[in-house]
Amino acid sequence: MKKQYILMSLIGALFMASAASATPATDELFARYKAEGATGFDAERGKKDWTKEGKVEDGKAMNCTICHGDDLSKPGKHHKTGKVIDPMAPSANPERFTDAKKIEKWFKRNCNDAWGRECTAQEKGDILKFLLSK
Amino acid sequence: MMHTKFKAALLAVVLLTSSGAAMAEETFWQWLITFTRQKEVKPVDNKTYADECGSCHYAYPPGLLPGKSWAKLLDAKALSNHFGEDASLDKDTLKTIYDYAMENAAEKSWYKRSRKITVATEDETPIRITDVRYIKRKHHDIPEKMIKGNKDVKSLSYCNACHTQADKGVFDSDTVSIPNYPDWD
Repeated sequence: MKKQYILMSLIGALFMASAASATPATDELFARYKAEGATGFDAERGKKDWTKEGKVEDGKAMNCTICHGDDLSKPGKHHKTGKVIDPMAPSANPERFTDAKKIEKWFKRNCNDAWGRECTAQEKGDILKFLLSK
Repeated sequence: MMHTKFKAALLAVVLLTSSGAAMAEETFWQWLITFTRQKEVKPVDNKTYADECGSCHYAYPPGLLPGKSWAKLLDAKALSNHFGEDASLDKDTLKTIYDYAMENAAEKSWYKRSRKITVATEDETPIRITDVRYIKRKHHDIPEKMIKGNKDVKSLSYCNACHTQADKGVFDSDTVSIPNYPDWD
């Protein structure tokens, strides 16, 4: 019985560690964005980008919160399909930002869907910095 | 004596062909021998397909559309505007999904509903499952208020809103439960 508890707390600790403010995946991306011309990343700028409005769809001005919601520690909901989106905040969802390929895939899709264009390396880095602080 | 021998031989043939078929995809022999399992649609059994398609919507089994439809849908350019959404995939992932869809498309399957869909789409290439005549016919007697006017369904596209076993490729009416209309039969 005791052994089980030790194991459980170990697993818990592992999850907490991975929810820290940077992951190998984001380190890799920050380096890549810098190589693509971005200069230093700012969570405040990222926060503004997060709510910046882009395309108008079905009468709604699209921005990140339309699907991800206002509280990043809570699940969001896709505005069209209704699909539940897991929380963006790493503190609530330790799996977030642990896979560089996945992050890039969704940046490409969602920037296009919200702003009608791909995001720049600078914008992506800032947004990532902002989300990691949550 | 002859009779028993014949029976034994028949049994052996059946066992051999069925066990061989169970390992392969969907074959004619499997379709012929095990009636009950082929009544529906082959459930999705590819993790990449299930994960990638399922990250935005119900991962429609490839057996619900003919290959010519999947070829139109699962094209890099088409996916960048997938019913209004950018669903771009990297090259390798797209190839996995494309190949899986083509190998399991309606005309490649021996499952009953896929056979019907193959026949219904002989002269057309629908890009929406809801445009397949067979699918339309199967749903046409359901009042609009239960689908479009139902906030928990919204559209015929959300198969799994009512088809409780959609993930298993089962769509028969016994497994249907329409949200907010528990008495519908």
